[in-house]
Amino acid sequence: MSEPLDEILNVVVGNFNQWITIFLMVAGLYVVVARGNMVKKLVGLSIFQTSVYLLYISPGKILGGTPPIITDGVEVYSNPLPHVLILTAIVVGVATLALGLGLVVRINEAYGTIEEEEIFDQGSDE
Amino acid sequence: MSGSTLILLALAIPAIAALLIPLFHRLPNVREAVTLLAAGLLAVVVYAIVPMVMAGDVPMTGALEVVPGLEIGFSVEPLGMIFACVASTLWIVNSIYSIGYMRGNSEPRQTSFYVCFAVAIAATMGIAFSANLFSLFLFYEVLTLSTYPLVTHKGNDAARRGGRIYLTLLLGTSMLLLLPAIIWTEALAGTLNFTSGGIIPYTVPPAIIGILLLLYVYGIGKAAVMPIHFWLPAAMVAPTPVSALLHAVAVVKAGVFTVTKVVVYVFGLDLLVNAGTAGWMMWVAGFTVIVASLVALRQDNLKKRLAYSTISQLSYVVLAVSILAPLSLVGAALHIAAHAVSKITLFFAAGSIYTAAHMTEVSQMNGIGRRMPWTMGAFAIGALSMIGVPPTAGFLSKWFMLSGAYTAEAWLAVGVIVVSTALNAAYFLPIVYSAFLRKEDEDHAEKHGNHGEAPLAVVIALTLTAAGTILLFLFPGPLLTLAESMMGLGIGGEQ
Amino acid sequence: MTGEGLTLAQQLPALQIVLPLTGAALCALIDRRNVGWAIATLVSFAMPVISVMLLIQVLTTGPVSYAFGGWEPPYGIEYRVDVINGFLLVLISLMGAVVMPYARRSVASEIAENKQAWFYCVYLLCLAGLLGMAITGDAFNAFVFMEVSSLSMYVLIALGNDRRALVAAYQYLILGTIGATFYVIGVGLLFAMTGTLNFVDMAERIVAVEQTRPVLAALAFITVGMCLKLALFPLHVWLPNAYTGAPSVATVFIASTATKVAVYLLLRYYYSIFGAAFVFDDLPVTPILLILSLAGMFVASAVAIFQSNIKRMLAYSSVAQIGYITLGMAEATRLGLTGSIVHLFNHAMMKGALFMVMGCIAYRIGNCRLNNMAGIGRRMPVTMAAFVIAGLSLIGVPGTVGFISKWYLALAAFENGWWWLAFLIMGSSFLAVIYIGRVIEMAWFREPTGPAAEATEPPLSMLIPTWILAGACIVFGLDAEMTAGVAAQAADALFAGLR
Repeated sequence: MSEPLDEILNVVVGNFNQWITIFLMVAGLYVVVARGNMVKKLVGLSIFQTSVYLLYISPGKILGGTPPIITDGVEVYSNPLPHVLILTAIVVGVATLALGLGLVVRINEAYGTIEEEEIFDQGSDE
Repeated sequence: MSGSTLILLALAIPAIAALLIPLFHRLPNVREAVTLLAAGLLAVVVYAIVPMVMAGDVPMTGALEVVPGLEIGFSVEPLGMIFACVASTLWIVNSIYSIGYMRGNSEPRQTSFYVCFAVAIAATMGIAFSANLFSLFLFYEVLTLSTYPLVTHKGNDAARRGGRIYLTLLLGTSMLLLLPAIIWTEALAGTLNFTSGGIIPYTVPPAIIGILLLLYVYGIGKAAVMPIHFWLPAAMVAPTPVSALLHAVAVVKAGVFTVTKVVVYVFGLDLLVNAGTAGWMMWVAGFTVIVASLVALRQDNLKKRLAYSTISQLSYVVLAVSILAPLSLVGAALHIAAHAVSKITLFFAAGSIYTAAHMTEVSQMNGIGRRMPWTMGAFAIGALSMIGVPPTAGFLSKWFMLSGAYTAEAWLAVGVIVVSTALNAAYFLPIVYSAFLRKEDEDHAEKHGNHGEAPLAVVIALTLTAAGTILLFLFPGPLLTLAESMMGLGIGGEQ
Repeated sequence: MTGEGLTLAQQLPALQIVLPLTGAALCALIDRRNVGWAIATLVSFAMPVISVMLLIQVLTTGPVSYAFGGWEPPYGIEYRVDVINGFLLVLISLMGAVVMPYARRSVASEIAENKQAWFYCVYLLCLAGLLGMAITGDAFNAFVFMEVSSLSMYVLIALGNDRRALVAAYQYLILGTIGATFYVIGVGLLFAMTGTLNFVDMAERIVAVEQTRPVLAALAFITVGMCLKLALFPLHVWLPNAYTGAPSVATVFIASTATKVAVYLLLRYYYSIFGAAFVFDDLPVTPILLILSLAGMFVASAVAIFQSNIKRMLAYSSVAQIGYITLGMAEATRLGLTGSIVHLFNHAMMKGALFMVMGCIAYRIGNCRLNNMAGIGRRMPVTMAAFVIAGLSLIGVPGTVGFISKWYLALAAFENGWWWLAFLIMGSSFLAVIYIGRVIEMAWFREPTGPAAEATEPPLSMLIPTWILAGACIVFGLDAEMTAGVAAQAADALFAGLR
């Protein structure tokens, strides 16, 4: 009787990292699409990017594995490459966020608002 | 000089003239001298090729390969020779006329006018000598584009509107129909070279051949088969020399020339006869001949009437081609030349009247023959040729077309030619009649000034072409030889 | 050849990236506009020399592989040049070189003086990023370079002198980042399934796991991500604003290179990694690409007709032209792919020339509104003649590069038996007649009025680059052996795959 339940539990709990990834991905994208405030959009974008960090890193950890330093008596190592990649991706993400925020500051100076709709209203008069 | 040098010279002379003309922007006399010199040289070069073609040679140049399958190359066969001779000869006459007309009317921007004109002539030579469909298409488009500024020359709203129709229709049909047809041909035949007997393989189903022919006939918008003839009346906003040489000779003849060439050298007569899906062409052409004549009958504007007459006469050529009989094709080739000299005469006369009296409508022309005897005399000769009365060139081509139609038992074509002859007479003879036999309107001098003939250059030009119309009837020998040798080449290897 | 020369020749792939990056750092450190321009010009002129040498090497001896930092592939990052990306490197670096002499006067007139050195710095970064995307043989490295080029592009666009440029840059930043993140998600899934990031290695290993769900998901993510970057309709919304708002030089450079590199990456994944059979036969990629391409070709062209700002009009035209490129991809035959690849080059030539003309006009009359261009052809005949030539090329008149592309695409359509497609291709180019014709009619067949009446030809430093590109439209239209020949080889190489 409990077999289907087990299966569901396995899918849900066993892959919990993937579920978190998917949740962050969708939530981030939703914020980007649904919000008109330019800063909030950037926050959403960052959440979206963060989900990718998880996507890469979580499968890199092998249960029972140690950090990849050759030691006697250890056979199972975690894969170090995802961490390295994500370190780069984080840098890229930070740069993007910084540039985005910089643009928002300039937009605020030029338009006096950071709400997308108000900006488009002003833009259509030109 | 070898054939290939002469061909390249024929292309280069007008092109170089187009480059030189702007340099003498401030010296109108030198500028005009360049045009005349180029026209003279071009005619010499083109006529130097004639003996070779008459001797049965096919002078050709090496090909420039654009990409595999696309080549720019030239070769001269009889039909192209006829076309090139007509265009280059008439360029000389037309240049003399242009100078008189443009100065007489003090038109603006004459330099760009002469430049575009020279480019158009270069493109015409390219069309005449093209060895394959791609080269022909290339120069066909250059011709469209170089004549567009000539159509919009006046720069007012009407000219821009005319130019828009002109460009949209000609460029549109060539891109939407002609180019796919060419690409389709390449896909079916694997080559685009004009070859006696055609290149389309016999394995292609008749339905496809019919569709392909439809794409060609309508894609070649310059042939002005109804219903894509609107560009020609629209182009009449251009100065008269443009209408005369380009829209009675170079551009429209490039259209029917291309149709003829495609039928003879891409499809091949035998293929079309076998396929049996080319019959519609005769109906379409016949319809255009009759309807355009009827419309011409109702036009009061002289240039418009001439334009519709041109549409009708162009479809004579298409009609003659659609009979798919050797004799009628000879007629088609002759008509390209005959119509050219006669129609240019008519346009010259129209421009002469405009320059001298600023008249554009037929109804204003009562009694004008007495003030402008040379002009109206030439007009009468051109009109007789349009109708096909001896001793004019028009008789000759009609004779061959009719004989071809009889031998092929194409009674529809015979009927169309007979009816349209009557219609031609109906819309040309009244003009001649009222010009010579009606009394001048009383307020004529008041409205149009106490004018005499147009400037001398104009009168000389139209007298020359009128004389040409008659000479072509009296001495058709070389022309006929060329046309017949095309037929010999054209009929799928029967020779 | 001496030993030293030999090593230098071996280092060419690295120099392709290192030189512009160094140049960018120098520009930032020195912060003088003339020095910045000099450095950028020097680097930009060196780039085509390197890329042409690389391409020749590829054509004579086969693909060039370079292990970055000495770490052997597939473990280290490999720079791998074959015919297709060699061709692309040449294209990007040539555009970079042509743009630079033009930039001096144009940038001086459009960008504040204290920012000009930074413009050259960012431009070099962008060049490095685009070249890097093209040259690298590593999936993640491609992402990094993508972001280098994108971030610098956002800055280039934001440097435009209109406040709308800021919004355009912001919009592009959001969409561009989403696109890049989609790409990196796809790469992550592929990495999880194959355990490698090296293209060649991945192509070998993917065969075993091809039909699994993560691989399919990866294909979908990469497709969407790259289509955002290459502005496939309807993912093109960022493009018109960005091209319109950016400074003239930036528009010329971005329009002729950025989307092309994204196209290349997509081609690389479809043909080299996933394999044409898997993508086009097993999955419904062809109909999707075909419909979207056609929609882009028609909708964007139709929208272009109604634009009053010509820069924006040309931007919409770019969306339509990208449709031609993806159309050739969707045809998935050797001819279609050749058309697609040769159009990468051809479109860069003609759009580059057109945007350069717009830059010249902006230099003289301050904007690119159609109403202000009445009769400008009579005042700037040489400039506007270049517009006519490049415009005719866009239309696809024979004798110009545009015709070559259309010839291949339509021939491929007939070859596939899709004769209707050939007519649609021609129909869309007919729309180009209308929107180019409007400009030509306004510029040439009206009396000069308003600001156009006082306009004069731009300085030679701007005119000559414009004419180089316009001339290229004719030269490579009459003799396309080189471009179409290399494109055909590239198509062959793509079909052959990496395995």
